[in-house]
Amino acid sequence: AEICITSMDNYPLYIRSIPTQGELKFHYTVHTSLDVVEEKISGVGKALADQRELYLGLLYPTEDYKVYGYVTNSKVKFVIVVDSSNTSLRDNEIRSMFRKLHNSFTDVMCNPFYNPGDPIQSKAFDSIVSTMMVQAC
Amino acid sequence: MADDALFEFLHMEIVALVYKEQATREDIDKERVTCVSTLDAMGFRVGQGMIERFTKDCPTFKDDLDLMKFLCKDFWSTIFKKQIDNLRTNHQGTYVLQDNKFALLTQFSSGKQYLEEAPKYLAFSCGLIRGALSNLGLESVVTAEVSLMPSCKFQVVIQKL
Repeated sequence: AEICITSMDNYPLYIRSIPTQGELKFHYTVHTSLDVVEEKISGVGKALADQRELYLGLLYPTEDYKVYGYVTNSKVKFVIVVDSSNTSLRDNEIRSMFRKLHNSFTDVMCNPFYNPGDPIQSKAFDSIVSTMMVQAC
Repeated sequence: MADDALFEFLHMEIVALVYKEQATREDIDKERVTCVSTLDAMGFRVGQGMIERFTKDCPTFKDDLDLMKFLCKDFWSTIFKKQIDNLRTNHQGTYVLQDNKFALLTQFSSGKQYLEEAPKYLAFSCGLIRGALSNLGLESVVTAEVSLMPSCKFQVVIQKL
């Protein structure tokens, strides 16, 4: 499983994978899923006003993994990749994971020592993400 | 209770401090410009953080006008406890936000006496607006003017790339 946060311009602010072998494959999956995220965001303007949620849902399923996306109003994208074998994770749980991520991200943003656009190095953020990933795997 | 007063006093002291620091340095002629940019930069960073917190639960914005309306209603009322009184636009990226009783200017006397000093106290708020817009994806230039205390106008020009 992996969690990735990318900024407005699509460069990564935070990437975390468990287990750490085979990391490159996760990075690649996240990279390709960014295209799908972009497509969903730009589609909102043309579609009707009802579909304006921040949660983007299942982006696309590959044979081994499921990829979920979430976009904030400041165009920061969160991507979560989980094993397909882990069928115990329901939509609601993914949504709450994203909510927790967003809350922690907002806290990082409001930290005066953090410059927006820098990689996130906060220990508190790290520990929240670790607990979340342990629960998910 | 006394919560609003806290920020007003802090803001007054920040402005006074920035100007005092500058006066002790040598290049007096550049004094005014650097002070305003310092205050603007402070407001910018604060604006970025605040907008992140406020838009956490909102759905995505349809377009620029929707965004400006959010700024005028929710953002302004959370920070200054009132909404922007008047929003005008030329639909080509320029918006004028008019606040008839700007919270940071109400403590000044309403005559012409302090009209010249007023822009110093608006620099931080200009930065606030600029930071908020920048985090929502819009680069902008924000200027403020006061013709009659305590009302003021913020002019926002969106930079299209």
